[in-house]
Amino acid sequence: MIHSLFLINCSGDIFLEKHWKSVVSQSVCDYFFEAQEKAADVENVPPVISTPHHYLISIYRDKLFFVSVIQTEVPPLFVIEFLHRVADTFQDYFGECSEAAIKDNVVIVYELLEEMLDNGFPLATESNILKELIKPPTILRSVVNSITGSSNVGDTLPTGQLSNIPWRRAGVKYTNNEAYFDVVEEIDAIIDKSGSTVFAEIQGVIDACIKLSGMPDLSLSFMNPRLLDDVSFHPCIRFKRWESERVLSFIPPDGNFRLISYRVSSQNLVAIPVYVKHCISFKENSACGRFDITIGPKQNMGKTIEGITVTVHMPKVVLNMNLTPTQGSYTFDPVTKKVLTWDVGKITPQKLPSLKGLVNLQSGAPKPEENPSLNIQFKIQQLAISGLKVNRLDMYGEKYKPFKGVKYVTKAGKFQVRT
Amino acid sequence: MSAAPAYSEDKGGAGGPGEPEYGHDPASGGIFSSDYKRHDDLKEMLDTNKDSLKLEAMKRIVAMIARGKNASDLFPAVVKNVACKNIEVKKLVYVYLVRYAEEQQDLALLSISTFQRGLKDPNQLIRASALRVLSSIRVPIIVPIMMLAIKEAASDMSPYVRKTAAHAIPKLYSLDSDQKDQLIEVIEKLLADKTTLVAGSVVMAFEEVCPERIDLIHKNYRKLCNLLIDVEEWGQVVIISMLTRYARTQFLSPNQNESLLEENPEKAFYGSEEDEVKGPGPEEAAATALPARKPYVMDPDHRLLLRNTKPLLQSRSAAVVMAVAQLYFHLAPKAEVGVIAKALVRLLRSHSEVQYVVLQNVATMSIKRRGMFEPYLKSFYIRSTDPTQIKILKLEVLTNLANETNIPTVLREFQTYIRSMDKDFVAATIQAIGRCATNIGRVRDTCLNGLVQLLSNRDELVVAESVVVIKKLLQMQPAQHGEIIKHLAKLTDNIQVPMARASILWLIGEYCEHVPRIAPDVLRKMAKSFTAEEDIVKLQVINLAAKLYLTNSKQTKLLTQYVLSLAKYDQNYDIRDRARFTRQLIVPSEQGGALSRHAKKLFLAPKPAPVLESSFKDRDHFQLGSLSHLLNAKATGYQELPDWPEEAPDPSVRNVEVPEWTKCSNREKRKEKEKPFYSDSEGESGPTESADSNPESDSESDSKSSSESSSGDSSSESDDEDEEKGRSSESEQSEEEGKRKKMKKRKTVAEGHREGSSSDEGSDSSSSSSESEVTSESEEEQVESTSWRRKTPPSSKSAPAAKEISLLDLEDFTPPSVQAVSPPTIVSTSLATDLEGLTLTDSSLVPSLLSPVPGVGRQELLHRVAGEGLAVEYAFSRQPFPGDPHMVSVHIHFSNSSENPIKGLRVGTPKLPAGISIQEFPEIESLAPGESTTAVMGINFCDSTQAANFQLCTQTRQFYVCIQPPVGELMAPVFMSENEFKKEQGKLTGMNEITEKLTLPDTCRNDHIVVQKVTTTANLGRVPCGTSDEYRFAGRTLTSGSLVLLTLDARPAGAAQLTVNSEKMVIGTMLVKDVVQALTQ
Repeated sequence: MIHSLFLINCSGDIFLEKHWKSVVSQSVCDYFFEAQEKAADVENVPPVISTPHHYLISIYRDKLFFVSVIQTEVPPLFVIEFLHRVADTFQDYFGECSEAAIKDNVVIVYELLEEMLDNGFPLATESNILKELIKPPTILRSVVNSITGSSNVGDTLPTGQLSNIPWRRAGVKYTNNEAYFDVVEEIDAIIDKSGSTVFAEIQGVIDACIKLSGMPDLSLSFMNPRLLDDVSFHPCIRFKRWESERVLSFIPPDGNFRLISYRVSSQNLVAIPVYVKHCISFKENSACGRFDITIGPKQNMGKTIEGITVTVHMPKVVLNMNLTPTQGSYTFDPVTKKVLTWDVGKITPQKLPSLKGLVNLQSGAPKPEENPSLNIQFKIQQLAISGLKVNRLDMYGEKYKPFKGVKYVTKAGKFQVRT
Repeated sequence: MSAAPAYSEDKGGAGGPGEPEYGHDPASGGIFSSDYKRHDDLKEMLDTNKDSLKLEAMKRIVAMIARGKNASDLFPAVVKNVACKNIEVKKLVYVYLVRYAEEQQDLALLSISTFQRGLKDPNQLIRASALRVLSSIRVPIIVPIMMLAIKEAASDMSPYVRKTAAHAIPKLYSLDSDQKDQLIEVIEKLLADKTTLVAGSVVMAFEEVCPERIDLIHKNYRKLCNLLIDVEEWGQVVIISMLTRYARTQFLSPNQNESLLEENPEKAFYGSEEDEVKGPGPEEAAATALPARKPYVMDPDHRLLLRNTKPLLQSRSAAVVMAVAQLYFHLAPKAEVGVIAKALVRLLRSHSEVQYVVLQNVATMSIKRRGMFEPYLKSFYIRSTDPTQIKILKLEVLTNLANETNIPTVLREFQTYIRSMDKDFVAATIQAIGRCATNIGRVRDTCLNGLVQLLSNRDELVVAESVVVIKKLLQMQPAQHGEIIKHLAKLTDNIQVPMARASILWLIGEYCEHVPRIAPDVLRKMAKSFTAEEDIVKLQVINLAAKLYLTNSKQTKLLTQYVLSLAKYDQNYDIRDRARFTRQLIVPSEQGGALSRHAKKLFLAPKPAPVLESSFKDRDHFQLGSLSHLLNAKATGYQELPDWPEEAPDPSVRNVEVPEWTKCSNREKRKEKEKPFYSDSEGESGPTESADSNPESDSESDSKSSSESSSGDSSSESDDEDEEKGRSSESEQSEEEGKRKKMKKRKTVAEGHREGSSSDEGSDSSSSSSESEVTSESEEEQVESTSWRRKTPPSSKSAPAAKEISLLDLEDFTPPSVQAVSPPTIVSTSLATDLEGLTLTDSSLVPSLLSPVPGVGRQELLHRVAGEGLAVEYAFSRQPFPGDPHMVSVHIHFSNSSENPIKGLRVGTPKLPAGISIQEFPEIESLAPGESTTAVMGINFCDSTQAANFQLCTQTRQFYVCIQPPVGELMAPVFMSENEFKKEQGKLTGMNEITEKLTLPDTCRNDHIVVQKVTTTANLGRVPCGTSDEYRFAGRTLTSGSLVLLTLDARPAGAAQLTVNSEKMVIGTMLVKDVVQALTQ
């Protein structure tokens, strides 16, 4: 299946290669570079490239390209999913998935890749198992290692792989037993010029951080499980229980993981917490335009909306922007991407934040036809906009009393206002 | 060499003894003498007996490997550390070994003995690890050792070792394909493994080594299906895609009978065609005699696969979801494919690479099954921040999904896109608009106008694209585009973009015959401004002049000559050349060149209209989700997805001797036992059966349907055929009698069912057969009554008595049925007038008022007063609705009692609650005064009794009407045996069971009446029953296919207990209410 993997940074250096079968020469990446050049933008590099002898399947994550070499038919999503899993693992191990982090930990990376794939077929991809096999680096450990000469490779043998719950490692012990759940909902929306909603839906996830000793068997129930329109589960969840009782019953992996992700579709009316008043205009035959946006709260369920950021990709002809915000600060990158970013912060309903001013256009160039659309980020603490509520968490199988907690956050997902 | 296990438990080992056996090979040093110096320090470090130094050295070496630098000269120094006690050193040595062993085969052999020892270790993990590295060393000499190791590991106690063995199989195969036969043996052995750990890996090995040996799967098929949910994600993907291919070779297409026979797919599950394969000669002959009418029944194993993969749509892994989606797309009956849409749409939130692949597949699916994604149209709307390649794919999907109803919204979306800054995307949008315009005639003009406006866009790309699309659109309907060309001609004054001007000139030239007056004028204007034009425009001016000269030389001869002479002295040599060349071609010279005679053919040859179709058309011949599908080209190692077989291969090959997966194999065995019994009876009663059942089915050639087959089944089920033979005619008579009585009773509506009790009290079987006949004949009756109406079109008010006579006459020729026996007029006069007072305006009340006889009589949809002369009634025909088995088919009867003909009867925009959908009846063009007609429409009530509200439109008026189904109409009968019934009932207890006590009135204490009352209330099929005073009925709800089981336990003295078991509790409760009401009245 997966023959080789090349990691390439943005400037086109191949800084890591790993082969699971016979060695494939680096020159195969030339086809990739060719495609990259043609695409102009990193996001537009086709994920699958066909070359005379191989197929290249690549992903772009955190300014790195993960390019895998395939020789025979394989479902492309299989490879893409795996590559993302590799990137997730790096993230998990090193805190970031960057060129520097990978280069610093090249041996661990190599050991990980060796365990994750055998002859091109995934072997151990669960983070719990991997962490048992190869310990993640910590500052303390690296100091100790350099003194004592011990290693990052686990000296106990991984047993998780052998059990029928491969996602949980054995012999977990904590002095404080805790189980935290974060219900994070993101609003995806397209708002049209007039302020009406073209499309809106809620994408939610429940991320868990479970630090419980032994083999706890948890069941999490909701006040209103019917809200969940379409759910995807971590493999630990017992599907049958959900089908029949709408209860999430599972033996959790140890540590952080994503329990479920769900969608509340647009059919149920989605509350849109902010509105934007905008007036962006470019005058014909004059080198300037007006820019005026105001943000206000709407259907925010009485909670404060915070962390608001507005990002606007301005047209190419914009030379510079002279704006005054009533609140927060803005930056405009006039050279490369022409991106305007306005960091608003909190909305106080008494005085709505606005950003006003003039836009300087390249003189002589025709005025842009389209007003740029506004991408908005915000955050509302302690609120799940869909109304989802966790009812209770029960634990079976262990004697101690765990500390439990649920946190709700609503964020803007792909929230776009067309102007 | 240390004797400690390769993976030693004891820590430390620092300062342990070195490995003198491996020593330093002087020869190897000689070979690499040139590089000898380079890695001297590393070699020294490796040679020390300090683990920390060794580790440091190995780390540096691995870092070199990672960067792609050659470290092969260190091979001898590294390989001797293979038995090092430090685990990390050892692991890194393995990494090195696997990387370079292929290049240094001789030296690699030195490490083999360590692994061989590891293979015998008591620790399973060490055994597995040894096998893993051993098999990864690509050294052909050790093939026999590997083979041996794999064989041994395949029967290891530990599933983990067996998994590793499965992984090793493809490695060995790629090293030496001669080992195939032996490897297949190992695969066969491992396929029989029952642990989830092994399943994924062995199927992977199967796919790489012997994907053609489909026979190996038979015995393991059911096990794989059942294990699937517990296998890890990667294995699931591989297994699902293998099973897709398997199913394509072993089962029949679930959609094969779509055009021929409408078959309820849920019902099909219970039938089985195994008897055909197994049964003795005569039956087989009988079965093959009517091959075309053989109903499709889904193999239970096929169903098993679909059922067990469905939950995986909720996997977190996009690859698994896609795998299930493609399985459903390729294997599921059409009606069930829809479930995958939601999951696929969910994946669109994932990483952009995942989106890219999913959208490609959605694009292919949406061409074939557009309806599936229609509800999710908005999820494909484009954001300005999407990467261009995603935008273009979403656009493709939106275009595929566009249809008559949603085109306005789609076009509005497109309008936003056209103003995007991303010009490639704008160009694609314009093309998409072009495709919408060609596919949907209604919006063609709107699109054309929009595109014409785009011609004044400042961006050349946009203009060029619009012109190209306009050109294509115009070429498609050459007769009607005079107007647009005129419009374009006018635009030449304003449009300055040379590309657009040139394109317009081309169009005018090409279609100059359609604008004979304007074309010369345009040429005149262009000739005037010729010198100021851009080159590309000049060329087109010459082109236009030439074409005009050929078609209309009288008016344009001088103009052409003028243009040509202008061009002759142009600065640009291309233009000068073109002018010279054109002149030679069109102007007949003295020499009379052969070419000029054919000039017209050269210039004005009809150009084929370009085809605007999706590039994803026909891509589904590749297995969806595969690399080949994505590339639209066959990738190496792609396994073709086979076509469905004509005849199903023997399904018994999948039977496993030990009934380990008891549920399904047991059921199947039982079925096998039962089947011959049924087919026997069919065979014996052959002559009579066919004598009276065939003509019937012939006469209803288009009513096919489950009701027919159930009538066949239930009659064949009768215990003593001899008696039945004798009785069949008799019972028919008696039935007829009964029906006639019932008909009278209908006329006097409220009389109750007393007469019925006097009719022949047949055995269970005869009564049940009569019941099923009832359902099957209803449509026939409908047809008859309408045809009869056409014959006698007098106004509905005249002499009902006379009609009755004619009706009776007719009855003599054709066996009537219980339902709707009374001719429509009678209903409309007597019944409807009776109801008038009751119904008032709220038509939704009607069904509940009429609940004693729903599904039988017609109910009013629109009263003739409210409808201004148009009276509309509806009846539930209980026929499966052709095209969608989830729909209840509703017969709508229109009659026009006004003076004027009513025109353009159709269904207007329905406002439906979520889930409910309507299949409209074809528009009725005109209904003359006094005439009436019947149309069939389908409504998917989504297993609820919510009313379907819609508008009934005529040319002049719109009427708001609504149809509310009685709960009994939301289901279709299924046939099952008593045992099956009991088993299913056992599963549906607790909350799913609703029980009600009642007292049966004297009037309905006999079988016939009870059965009839229940079946008129609800569309259920009778289940044979051993005891005399118990009645059982079974059905499935139409939309979700949930079982509805009804039991009536009649005790002496009229006490009775009614039990309904159904997953759908609401339906169950309502059904109990309705049935109790029907029985006690």
